[in-house]
Parts: sequence; C-alpha cells; structure tokens
Amino acid sequence: MPEKTVNNSSRSVIRKKPESTFTRVARYTLVRGITLFLTVVVGVFLTIIIANMGGYVDEIRKGEIQETYQQAAILNPAIRNLPPEERNKWVEDQIRLAYKRYGLDQPFLVRAVIYLRNALTLDLGRSLNMTSDTGSRQVRLIILERIPPTLILFGTSGFLLFFVELFFALYLSRRYGSFWDKVVVTLAPMNAAPGWFYGIFLILIFAAILKILPFGGMVDAPPPPRWSFAYFVSLLKHMILPIMAIAASQLVLSVYSWRTFFLIYSSEDYVEMAKAKGLTSRAIEQRYVLRPTLPTIITSFAFLLIGIWTGAPIFETVFNWPGLGRQIYQAIGLFDVPVIVGETVIFSYLLAITLFLLDFVYALVDPRVRVGGQGGAQG
Amino acid sequence: MNNLKRTLRELARYPSAIFGLSIIGILVIVGILAPILIPYERAIELWRGGEEIWYANPRNVPPAWINWFRTKKLVETFTLDSAKGEAEKLVDSVNNQIVLTYTFEYNYDTFPQEIIFYFRAQYKQQKPFVSIVWYTPDGRQIPIDNLALSTTTTVRFSQNERLARRFIDTSPVKGLFIDPTSDVKNPTIVKGTYKIVLTVTSFEPETNVDAELVVHGQVAGWAGTDHRRRDLGVAILWGTPVALLFGLMAALGTSVLTMIISAVGTWYGGWVDELIQRITGVNLVLPFLPILIMVGTFYSRSIWIILSVTIALSIFGSGIVTYRSVFLQVKESPYIEAARSYGASNARIILMYMVPRVIPLLIPGLVTSVPGYVFLEASLAVLGLGDPVLPTWGKIINDAQTNGALYEGLYYWVLEPAVLLMITGLAFAMLGFSLDRIFNPRLRGQ
Repeated sequence: MPEKTVNNSSRSVIRKKPESTFTRVARYTLVRGITLFLTVVVGVFLTIIIANMGGYVDEIRKGEIQETYQQAAILNPAIRNLPPEERNKWVEDQIRLAYKRYGLDQPFLVRAVIYLRNALTLDLGRSLNMTSDTGSRQVRLIILERIPPTLILFGTSGFLLFFVELFFALYLSRRYGSFWDKVVVTLAPMNAAPGWFYGIFLILIFAAILKILPFGGMVDAPPPPRWSFAYFVSLLKHMILPIMAIAASQLVLSVYSWRTFFLIYSSEDYVEMAKAKGLTSRAIEQRYVLRPTLPTIITSFAFLLIGIWTGAPIFETVFNWPGLGRQIYQAIGLFDVPVIVGETVIFSYLLAITLFLLDFVYALVDPRVRVGGQGGAQG
Repeated sequence: MNNLKRTLRELARYPSAIFGLSIIGILVIVGILAPILIPYERAIELWRGGEEIWYANPRNVPPAWINWFRTKKLVETFTLDSAKGEAEKLVDSVNNQIVLTYTFEYNYDTFPQEIIFYFRAQYKQQKPFVSIVWYTPDGRQIPIDNLALSTTTTVRFSQNERLARRFIDTSPVKGLFIDPTSDVKNPTIVKGTYKIVLTVTSFEPETNVDAELVVHGQVAGWAGTDHRRRDLGVAILWGTPVALLFGLMAALGTSVLTMIISAVGTWYGGWVDELIQRITGVNLVLPFLPILIMVGTFYSRSIWIILSVTIALSIFGSGIVTYRSVFLQVKESPYIEAARSYGASNARIILMYMVPRVIPLLIPGLVTSVPGYVFLEASLAVLGLGDPVLPTWGKIINDAQTNGALYEGLYYWVLEPAVLLMITGLAFAMLGFSLDRIFNPRLRGQ
C-alpha cells in the first residue's frame, strides 16, 4: 500500500546562519546515513531476537539434536549393544559436537551479535530446515529462488495499478462531482477488505463456478518448458486472478485518495490564477498541479518499489503463489530463523537506501526543498 | 454534548453514514446477544466438541434456508427423541411391551444422507428386544431390524444388511423413500407421512427404553455445518463480538496511543522527539505481519497477545508523522502560549489543550482503521494462527480453505463468514469516510 499522507510539513526556508551548501549537504548526508544505518541495525537486531524468541528457538533445536542422537543410538546396532555408560557417553559426545557445530554452545546474546554482524554484511548463512528447489541449504539461494515470482506478480500489478490510479485520479480531479467521481466516492469503502479476501471470491467465481481460470499456482502442472511461449501464456493466465484481487482491494480507494489530494492542490490560488489567464487544463495540470505534488507521487512510487519486494504471506498462500511472502510464512512454521532474518535484512536495506535517496530526489524535483534543510518529516 | 448532536445531525445527511451506522448497530446488538444466547464456556465447549455433541448433524451441508431459493427441496436435518416426548410412547406393562411410534412429514425431493436410531435402555440382566418397522404413506410395511438392546445401541440404516438385500438397485436409505412401482433409473419419491414403529419386548418389569431418531438431511440449521458436523451458527454468532472487540480495541488503542505519544514528543521536543522519530524509523524496518506470525507460531495464539502485539507494532506507524505535523502547528498557537503563561502543567497542556485539537483527525481515522484490524484477525486465522479456543469468522474460512471447500463446491462455508467480514468492514469504512468529510470539510471540495 503506498503511503498517501499529504507531505505538507512546513519546510521553512529561513536561513539561520550562512553555511556553504557543500558542508551542509555533506554533514546532512553523513548524519542521515548513520541514522538510517543505526535504524537498520536496531531493526534487524530486534528481528533476530524476536525470530529466536529470545533464545527459545535454540532450546527447540537443542531438543531436536538430543532426540536425533538418542534415536541414532537406538537404531545403530553397533552403539545399541554397548554397555549403558559407554552408550550414554557416545550420545553426549555426539550432542556436544553438534552443539559446537551449530554454535549452540555459546550463550544466545553472543550468538545474536555474531548473527547480527553476519546479517548486516549479507552473509546469510545456511538454513536450518528449508532447502531451495535445487536442493541447496544456502539462504541466499533459497531467497533468490523466490524473488522472481514475487517481483513478477507484485511488480506487474504495482506498476499497472499505480499509473492507472494516477491517470484516473487526474481525470476525476478535473471533473469533480461528475458521475464517475460519485461512483468512486461511493465505492471507496469497498476497498476496506484486503487482497486475499477478494482473492477467495474471485477464485470462487472464476475457478470454482465458471472453471475458466486456475485456482492458484504460478504455471500449469506440469510446467511448460521455461522461456517458451506456452510458459508465458500459462504464467499470464495464472496472474489474472491475483492482479484482479489486488486491483479490487486498492484501486478505487487509491483513485479516491489521489483525486482528493490533487483537488487540494487544484484549489491553490496560483491554479485559479492560471485558469484566469486562460491556460488549457492540460497546461495547468502539468505545470501547477503535478509539479508541486511530484514529491508525494515519487514517495508513493518509491514505497511501491520497496513494497513489491516484500511479498504478501496471506495473499500468496491463498493463490498458492511461490513467492517471498509464502516462503517467510513457511520459514516461520519451520523455525527457520536464518531465512526469516535474511528476508528482513534485505528489506531493511532496501528501505533505508530508498529513504536515503528520497531526500535528494525531493531536493531535485522541488526547488522549495533544500537537502539538510529544516524539518525532514520522514522518520 | 452539543457537538455530538451536531455531528449526528450532519451524519444524517449522508446515506452511507446512516447505512454504516445501522449495520454497526445490528452487529453490536448481535455481539451483545451472542454471549447471552451461548455463554462463553458453552461456546468453546461446542466449538471444540466432536461427535458426542454434534452426532445429530450431517457433515458439510448448507444452511436450511437455501430451500427457499430451490424448486427441488433438500431434506432438512431433524431429530425425534422419545425421552423428550417427540415420539408417541405406549407402555403395556401387562404384555411387557413398550411401543414407540415416530411420525414425520416427508415432502422433499431428495433423500436423506442417513437415518440413525440411538437407543438407551435400562435393564438388570435380561436385554430387551426391539423390532423396527417402517410404514410408508402409501401403506407399505417394511421390517427393518430385530435386535437385542444393550445400554446404548446405535442402528444405522445405511449399514443395515437386510435393507441392503431388499433394495438391490439402490442404497438402503434411498430405497425406503422410493415408490417401488416407479422406474428404477428415474425413481419417484413417495411424499407424505412416514411412520416408524419400535416394538420393545422387555423381560423385566423395570426395563425402560428410549430412542432418538436422527435424520441427517442435506441441509441443517441456519448456517450449515462443517467437516466436523459442527453448526457454523456457533462461530458465526460468536465471531461477531470477537471481530468487533478486536477491531475496535486495536483501532482505539493504536489511534489514542499514537496521538498521545506524538503530542508528548512534539511538546517536549529535543531528545524525546528525536527518540520517538527513531523508534518510528526502526518500526518501519520491522516486518509487521511476519512478526505477528512469529508471535502466533512461537509464543501464543491467544487473541489478547495478538491484540497487544498488533497495537505495540502499530503505535509507531505512519500516523505519528501526520499527527506530528499538526501538533507542530498547534504548539505555536497563541492559546497554548496563554496556557503556558498562566502556568498550566505540561500534562494539562498536552491532554487538555493539544490533544482535543486533533480529535477531528482522530475520529475518522479511528473508524476507518477498524476494518483493517478486523481483517487482520481474520488473516491470521486464515494462516491457521487464530485463537486456539475462540470460534471466529476467520477460523471458519481457514477450516473451509484447508478442507477444500471451494474445490468441492461448499460455497456457503466460505461465503457466510466472508460476507459478514465484508459487511463489517464496509460499515466501518462508510461511516469513517462520512465522518472524514464532516470533520475535515476541506475534503468536501470547493
């Protein structure tokens, strides 16, 4: 969901003391960079703590290891027939070795810090239980494998909807109070429901009753050969319902918010002035409405760009889509902390970089904004 | 008070607000009635109960009211218990006989799934003996079974061998209702009054026998049943207060706390403000839904824990930024200056002078955010992380999804909770949108 808060924090242009632009920008960049990095560090650390349940997951893993070797001792005839003391010693040795191998012999806090360092350097390590489709335990590979499906689905729907929404919103802001405007205002509350919810309805109608579209999944089973035309068609067919569901859950509301937002800017004095001068509505729109709203549009677009990387656990579960969201849900179910943390780290970095860049973009597109000027409202 | 009256009068001008308010009103009434009709403990017992509670219900059947829209009427599920006086009971102590007569009207166009007799007998040593005879409306007489009764005995017609031998072309239960003169391929159903007579011969004077006739139809109750024979009505009814409470409490907790924190930060400024902004930043990095899923999976699925975590993670959201920009303007207002000059305390200024100024922003936002939380609870339930004991709408959808309701055409199972969720969300959203236009007239346009 793109952020649609009207970014009208009063950016004051009062200069307190003369300072060269370079030092100001440099100092701001540094402070902002450090702040954002610390934010990522704290966020990722908290995720590590939560994902481990403050060390509880370690206890689960210890229990699993103990059970594994006790079982092994019973199943292995060579060990089973040893005297009890020797057998117990063998089990304990194996368990101790396993603890050491997985680093479980260290206290959780120490492990958490090592974990944090690895995560921040994007050394994502090996998963606990999950494997990639190619059979690898590398978290990097496990995550990489799921990125394309998520990007394809949420990227397509995101871009498509974003521009459709802006186009309709501009159109409606010109025809305030028209029939279609009223339709949008009336239907806006319909978007209170999330995408997966509409997904269930759409699956019911188009897959269960009409039987013209698939229930879920990304391609037909068995999948057509990759990069073939059939593969593409199959993918497209499987994307229709999810995209419809996303559209149903946000299109009207977004058009409504953008249209309201544009209306506020269309009632500025300088727009009235431009109208009085007799400029065409197209010129007014481009010069006086779109330009001051550009920072907000860019923010929204930037959040869309980050948003398509996160996936949606429930949505992907309902549509059986093999994306990142469903993967993180599966990872949680399997207590696979490295995968959970890996996805969080990637997301945090993307978010921090976007926020960092946004400040400069604002300054580029809006001459009223100065980099490092007073009061950046973005947290 | 006057303010409230004025707001209500304004609201009356918006049809969508009236619609939203009336739906919310109905939901609140249902929400209050649910715990009165089915007390909390009873609801949980029912929802977790198995065959022993729900034996009288068939599995996976739609609600009874779908018959209103059908020309071919589906069989309704019903029970007749002689202990409750629903069957005629004649005790002939001279001949040591008890005769139980079950009479029912059958005007349906389909067959029941199953007919079962649950016998309860009291005797000392000698088991009583029963013979079951079926009387059709066209005067035929079909002996069904003769058997000795233990303390509890169950007779399932579908597994009755004698009937199976008698009705070779069809199933035992269907055969009882088919007109034998009709075509085998396209049988007609004999409609009218059916009678089942149980003649119990007892060998001891103290013997007593009661029997409950259970007919599993193709529709049941006002909400249908699920894969565990449970009446969905329990969860539909109890889901209402759960959804309302979760939605309202999360929305209220989040909005009010966000506003107060934002006011405190803006008022004190300096490091307090800085700290709040940094926490907001960190909160942006934290993955909201995965954390909720983790808490649900690792720690507790209790609705109260989930509610607390939801609020805790939502407080430092984007709302803080919006409130902050408003408070920054309010802080500079002359009346705040005046309050400060006469020595009002910080708490007084924040709570009495600053907070009320953002109420117009708060109330529409609060109402509009309710659906989001209602759906959040349902979303978690759909992932299988619903409260382990409470019956909720989301859990019905979850059950339906995991049991392939859509694949098998059991649409009522998904549609009932989904429509209720939709209506609830819609009602709050409509009211919120109208409130927004009343409190923030700028949005009404030129």
